[in-house]
Amino acid sequence: MQFSENWLRTFVNPKLTSDELGHLLTMAGLELEELDAAAPAFNKVVIGEILTAEKHPNADKLRLTTVNVGNEVLQIVCGAPNAAVGLKVPCALIGAQLPGDFNIKKAKVRDVESFGMLCSAKELGIAEESDGLLVLPADAPVGTDIRDYLGLDDKLFTLKLTPNRADCLSILGIAREVAALTGADLTAPEVKPVAVTSDKTRAVVVDAQHHCPRYTGRVVSGVNAAVATPDWMVQRLARSGIRSISAIVDITNYVLLEQGQPMHAFDNAKLSGAIHVRLPKAGEQLKLLNGNTVTPAADAVLIADESRALALGGIMGGDESGVTDATTEIFLESAFFAPDAIAGKARALNFSTDSSFRFERGVDFSRQVEALERATQLVLEICGGAAGPITEVVSHADLPKRNPVRLRLARLNKVIGMAFTREAVEKQLKHLRFPWSEEDQVFLVTPPAHRFDIEIEEDLIEEIARLYGYDNIPAPAPENSVAMLPLSEAKRTSMQVRRLVAERDYQEVVNFSFVESAWEKDFAGNDKPIVLANPIASQMGVMRTTLIGGLVNTLSFNLKRRTNRVRAFEIGRCFWRDAAGGPVAGFQQPVRVAGLAAGPAEPEQWGLKARTVDFFDVKGDVEALFAGQQLRFEKVAHPALHPGRSADVILNGERIGVVGELHPEWAQKYELGSAPVVFELELSALLAAPMPAYAPVSRFPVVERDLAFVVTQDTELQTLLDGLQKAGGDIVKHINLFDVYQGKGLEEGKKSLAFRVVMQDTGRTLADAEVDAAIAQLVAAAQQLGAALRA
Amino acid sequence: MNTLEEIVARALAEFAVISEPAKLEEAKAQYLGKTGLITEQMKTLGKLPPEEKKTAGAAINAAKGQIEEALNGRRDALKRAALEAQLSAEALDVTLPGRGRSRGGLHPVTRSLDRIEQLFRTIGFEVADGPEIEGDWHNFTALNTPEKHPARSMHDTFYLQAEDGSVQEDVLLRTHTSPVQVRYMQAHVEKHKSAATMPEIRIIAPGRVYRVDSDATHSPMFHQVEGLWIGEKVSFADLRGVLADFLRRFFESDDLTLRFRPSFFPFTEPSAEIDMAFMSGPNKGRWLEIGGCGMVHPNVLRHGGIDPEKYIGFAFGMGPDRLTMLRYGIDDLRLFFDGDLRFLSQFK
Repeated sequence: MQFSENWLRTFVNPKLTSDELGHLLTMAGLELEELDAAAPAFNKVVIGEILTAEKHPNADKLRLTTVNVGNEVLQIVCGAPNAAVGLKVPCALIGAQLPGDFNIKKAKVRDVESFGMLCSAKELGIAEESDGLLVLPADAPVGTDIRDYLGLDDKLFTLKLTPNRADCLSILGIAREVAALTGADLTAPEVKPVAVTSDKTRAVVVDAQHHCPRYTGRVVSGVNAAVATPDWMVQRLARSGIRSISAIVDITNYVLLEQGQPMHAFDNAKLSGAIHVRLPKAGEQLKLLNGNTVTPAADAVLIADESRALALGGIMGGDESGVTDATTEIFLESAFFAPDAIAGKARALNFSTDSSFRFERGVDFSRQVEALERATQLVLEICGGAAGPITEVVSHADLPKRNPVRLRLARLNKVIGMAFTREAVEKQLKHLRFPWSEEDQVFLVTPPAHRFDIEIEEDLIEEIARLYGYDNIPAPAPENSVAMLPLSEAKRTSMQVRRLVAERDYQEVVNFSFVESAWEKDFAGNDKPIVLANPIASQMGVMRTTLIGGLVNTLSFNLKRRTNRVRAFEIGRCFWRDAAGGPVAGFQQPVRVAGLAAGPAEPEQWGLKARTVDFFDVKGDVEALFAGQQLRFEKVAHPALHPGRSADVILNGERIGVVGELHPEWAQKYELGSAPVVFELELSALLAAPMPAYAPVSRFPVVERDLAFVVTQDTELQTLLDGLQKAGGDIVKHINLFDVYQGKGLEEGKKSLAFRVVMQDTGRTLADAEVDAAIAQLVAAAQQLGAALRA
Repeated sequence: MNTLEEIVARALAEFAVISEPAKLEEAKAQYLGKTGLITEQMKTLGKLPPEEKKTAGAAINAAKGQIEEALNGRRDALKRAALEAQLSAEALDVTLPGRGRSRGGLHPVTRSLDRIEQLFRTIGFEVADGPEIEGDWHNFTALNTPEKHPARSMHDTFYLQAEDGSVQEDVLLRTHTSPVQVRYMQAHVEKHKSAATMPEIRIIAPGRVYRVDSDATHSPMFHQVEGLWIGEKVSFADLRGVLADFLRRFFESDDLTLRFRPSFFPFTEPSAEIDMAFMSGPNKGRWLEIGGCGMVHPNVLRHGGIDPEKYIGFAFGMGPDRLTMLRYGIDDLRLFFDGDLRFLSQFK
């Protein structure tokens, strides 16, 4: 909502500077977004009348003028093509300072003295472009300061209004608010009914009473629609951001701004029969003022006559029934459309109008006649004519209700947390001009027709607190809880998990949850991701089911910036449809932890041989995250990963993620150089951290034996290890792989796996025979699995 | 034949110049070995008359003692010298960097969330979470924002395509973390339904939220942290106190002021915007929007299953991205989301 401060001050004029007024409004919830001067600073510019204008003796394009500036006549050289005798124009006097640090001095222009400058609107900084001198009306008083004459010492307020305060979408509304906040008098001009001098009427039939509970209108005959809008009105409209169109349209806009009541004027000659306020017929079309032909929604409200639809009620007039310069008779409409009848209708047509914006938020339903009188008064003043009687159709049952709202002083004080007195509440209610009664510290307040946001006790509590000033309410330090919060040792927070991953040399990143559909295809084999209906860009069009795509993109981004060692991780949600999913039915959206490592295994350093990070580095990171728990890894086919270098991660029999080298095909497609190694795990698996289960430490000596087995190349360690662990009796504590060998000394296609077997008993020292027996069992078990004891 | 004095003097002189342990032991044999000079002297004792034996024996023993002492002294000295030589040979350039991997780091916004969680934990707030694909009911309706409510136009909401290609109306990407409020209330009420009085709700809910908006100061995905305190006497004054305390602790500065500006959110009444200004530093005196807050609307409490006559409380929503930018002096929101390690790795 933009408006002129001077206009507002004709309605309410508190003793506050512009800045103070702006701050007051901001702190009352009407946020001042901008405060601009109506014109830049300049001085000593007065209205001058050009008395003579002749060609400059020494220059073809210059004119030599004499200008009456009230107390003297000045000789001024002027370059403007439109300088002509009799014109009233702004004249900058010697010593004037114009915008852009332009100082006016006595000057000689081609040997002729010049004592000032005649100005264009652009030179005064009040227009972006201008074409010659700013020509003022013929009755402009010579010698008057142009700032006073044009009201340039004005400020433009732009308020950012919240949707609940539609009552402040007018000068009247803001004035009412300022009066409530300051206690200043409301001096809004009184609207008096005009004299009815014509008996011309037009019948109104309201079928859609629920949509349009009140419709008022009148015919004004004999108007001159072609007359120019007066400057004061053009200026006030302009300072509210509305361009002048024609006198009658300007008047309706002016009343909208002043009173907050959207108006519409029809060319009465183009109407036939009664006005009907009704719902559209099936397929009915209407060409709007903006040139669009629309098929209104079935529950939209139409203003029609007996032959056709004329306007989209409360939203926009029709193209064919509007006023033109040739119009001589108008039908003025001032109606109340119910908020829920208008809400969303304009948005569905992809536009918004000043009218729909107000109606959907709520317009004072008691002031249609007053606004109509105000508009008529302006029409008669500006365009002349004779007003007919007002036709009003109202359905009281459909008008919004204003039921008294209860405000208990005790509740107010409990909610706000301070002690308001009864008198303090009375004072605020008086300022608000809300009718009320009070009994036993319970107020019964009737909200006025212009407020659509006072329905419950809390709404009144806010009003009292707001007028009192939020910043005057105490802000005690929070009282600390005496009871301790639970702290489960068997649970980690996601924050702790983040730190664990970061400890393994991964940097956290935050990638978007919506990704390119190609990433989903490549990294998740997902042809049917969840698609956004309104993505911000096509490469952010689908919801991810894996974090890997984003991390690959992080790698690619950093490679392009010459960071070749990249270790990044993210914790975030993945999304897919699943009929069994929840808590939002139909969707799974688990939180995952994913990491990517690429480039050198360690940062370049003197003490370690440089090598590229590999599967086992990252597998080691995954194992470290689960330290204290036993993970298993099973070879897996995963669309993102190298088929021979990827594994499912299994914890307690449950698949909780994958680890593997990116498929070389993707490394090539995404220009990653060598393939990075990635992992992706369910966060839930990492949030559980089992309580340590302690076993007594044996005091008896440990016996260690080494065993090496030769197996075929494709034998997985896990198979052999599982066999050995199963075969080892109670005394076998650990079987630890310490060497893998292939090459010289072994048959082609074979490898040797060497284990250290650690044996111990908790109750006694082991006898050699027992140790030998245990080892023999292990060897036998290995042989059963096709392994041979290495000689 | 040498006198004892001569032998001792010779031994001492000889030991003193030996610098290898093996040579020292060889020299030792010359005096104390089986055929050594001192041993020879001992052998002569038997031939002496008994009255001389005693004094001569004592003299020999004294000489032997002197030689042994010198020998041990020299042994120690050589050992020390050897150790010193070894230590000096083993010396490292201790200024060479240590070996191995470095450590990663948390995202700057995560660092802020961590601090926020910890600070609120000290006054009894637990961390709650909610889904990011959210039901329209939880995101809007339960928060007192019915369909067609003009407040819905304040959010530019991401919607999903149904499998048949149409717009699926009942779900969306949550536009704020506020839906967690109602989810948590419902679960809390259910959990304590048999208790005479419901324990207080004190939670914060950090997370990602989504709006159709993208420029230098807006990201289509960003972070929010929701706070909720419901109890029998939790007031607007408490809200002011908690947030003022929080911001001073978060920025570790008493050098800031707060203001609460009346505003409108469908799910709170009264509602306020929180503005903050530093009293020094680069942002001195500028009002910065930190978030929105207010007393939870009775309708929202009812949707959560809570009787608004009995329980009241406040909720707030803040932008941790903004807080992080202010804390570290970061001026471009996009740095948080483009994954540039040159930027991120500065946050260890």
